Amino acid sequence: MKQFLSFIKKEFAHVFRDRKTLIMLFGFPIVQIVLFGFALTNELKNANIVVVDNAKDLASQQIIDKLQGSKFFNVQKEIMTPSAIDAAFKEGKIKLAVVFPVNFNTDLLHLNKASIQVIADASDPNTAQTLTNYVISIVGDYQAQLSPTSQVPYTIQPEVRMLYNPDLKGAPNFVPGVMAMVLLLVCVMMTSVSIVREKEMGTMEILLVSPVKPLMVIVAKAIPYLVLSIVNLCVILLLSVYALDVPVKGSLILLLGESTLLIITALALGLLISTITSSQQSAMFASMLGMMLPTMLLSGYLFPIENMPVVLQVISNIVPARWYYVIVKAIMLKGLGFSFIWKETLILAGMAVFFTALSLRNFKIRLE
Amino acid sequence: MNEIVIKTNKLTKRFGDFVAVDEITFDVHKGEIFGFLGANGAGKTTAMRMLCGLSIPTSGEATVAGYDVFKQPEEIKKNIGYMSQKFSLYEDLTVKENIEFYGGIYGLSNKEIKEKSTELIDKLGLHNEAKKLVSSLPLGWKQKLSFSVAIVHTPKIVFLDEPTGGVDPSMRRQFWDLIYEGADKGITIFITTHYLDEAEYCNRVSIMVDGKIEALDSPAGLRQTYEAKTIDEVFYKLARKAKRSAD
Repeated sequence: MKQFLSFIKKEFAHVFRDRKTLIMLFGFPIVQIVLFGFALTNELKNANIVVVDNAKDLASQQIIDKLQGSKFFNVQKEIMTPSAIDAAFKEGKIKLAVVFPVNFNTDLLHLNKASIQVIADASDPNTAQTLTNYVISIVGDYQAQLSPTSQVPYTIQPEVRMLYNPDLKGAPNFVPGVMAMVLLLVCVMMTSVSIVREKEMGTMEILLVSPVKPLMVIVAKAIPYLVLSIVNLCVILLLSVYALDVPVKGSLILLLGESTLLIITALALGLLISTITSSQQSAMFASMLGMMLPTMLLSGYLFPIENMPVVLQVISNIVPARWYYVIVKAIMLKGLGFSFIWKETLILAGMAVFFTALSLRNFKIRLE
Repeated sequence: MNEIVIKTNKLTKRFGDFVAVDEITFDVHKGEIFGFLGANGAGKTTAMRMLCGLSIPTSGEATVAGYDVFKQPEEIKKNIGYMSQKFSLYEDLTVKENIEFYGGIYGLSNKEIKEKSTELIDKLGLHNEAKKLVSSLPLGWKQKLSFSVAIVHTPKIVFLDEPTGGVDPSMRRQFWDLIYEGADKGITIFITTHYLDEAEYCNRVSIMVDGKIEALDSPAGLRQTYEAKTIDEVFYKLARKAKRSAD
């Protein structure tokens, strides 16, 4: 026990002495949360659009008023030739153009049919799609207003409800993603680097000659990172609740428990990486490549798994973050209990056991 | 000087077809300074690692501090100290923290650790440096500290693997003073070196060539047998026979 305590004390000393890494450890999640929460968002606000009103009649004016009233657009009204519109798109001044033809109102009233041209810059397809949808729904609104008693005898009015995230905010989606990424990154990279450092510095030899058990070396190394990760997790949760208004709807205890499971999986993975690499650089590289990329790309956090090719869908099954992401979303956003996520928990626990066993087997007691 | 603390009998280590250590047999007595010489690749480090429990011998027998290297490596570990070629203290910990850590993993009590660190810091004259990071110390000081830490738990035997590599001559002299002091306390010193002048400081010297022990005697005895003026000459006479190239 005395041995163990000395060891843990030393590991904490390493961690706290390395200020740069410590700042990175705590800075990274905070920067991520702030960036994703306030700067990078897939909601569009104040997109620059141009309206070319060739009609200048009542109907066109009313629609333009509506467009101007919406918070999504920053409307410029100009008479532009098609080539001028083209140029504006090329310079990137506008994202979308709405063109009213001459006789818009007349056509609408007498022919019961009028068209508006909507041109969008689809070099960014998501933005183009979103903006056109906004325009279409505004025009639709106007149409509904215009003829409350439509000539069509039947109308189907879809009543859409967005569950769990009614405002379609970006934050509830990425907070779980950032949590998974930070926990994995800290645990995998830090453990692997700290063990490999002992190998590189030659201190591992001294430890192996001493009476300490290899298992103790490993556990003692893991503990500071476990503690740090839990602190980190709490910081992320506090930020998400108080700065981003993403509440934890389900049980906090359950969330922390599931996170600890992910942390243990990550620590075991870090250990595994440390047994197969021999320099700090390669350990760091392996952690980045082996953890960062799959976690970002294959966990369903940036890209929906359902849309991936089958091969990638299969591969995504072995990414721990994928399961953790589902669990966190279920607990935080939907407020579900354990009975809904036992399957994912079981898979994650299985991974934890598997990686721990594998890395303990690989950890060499004797230096050959 | 009669008690035997290391005893080997035809100790052998193979890596595939390569015989790194070939049936070496020798005894080391308590309190002795035993020099282990050989060219690079002669098998010194491998032999030492087997005795420390870092490497399992392929065949033969060996006991260290009375314990069998095959069956009781854990017991051996409690009774030995080890200082490797590479500098092996934590650079990002202070002098004091390093002493406390190694004291801790060898199971010394808090009181013992406190006494030991005061004693050690006094002896090495590191009062001003005790709270400084080890990385700020000059190499010679680091090596002295490293040795003192290796014997912080007063082991029966301490294994030193080329401890004076890269250290200037006056520091080496001071380092050897520490070694003598340790030996006077009854700690057996098992040392490998490639500074042949240091061989003269040992009580007995063995010279390894191609995995075998070619000569084992006191420095004076060796000079006489091989009709040489220095251990240097003895070494070159023996090493000339080597077939293995240095790696």
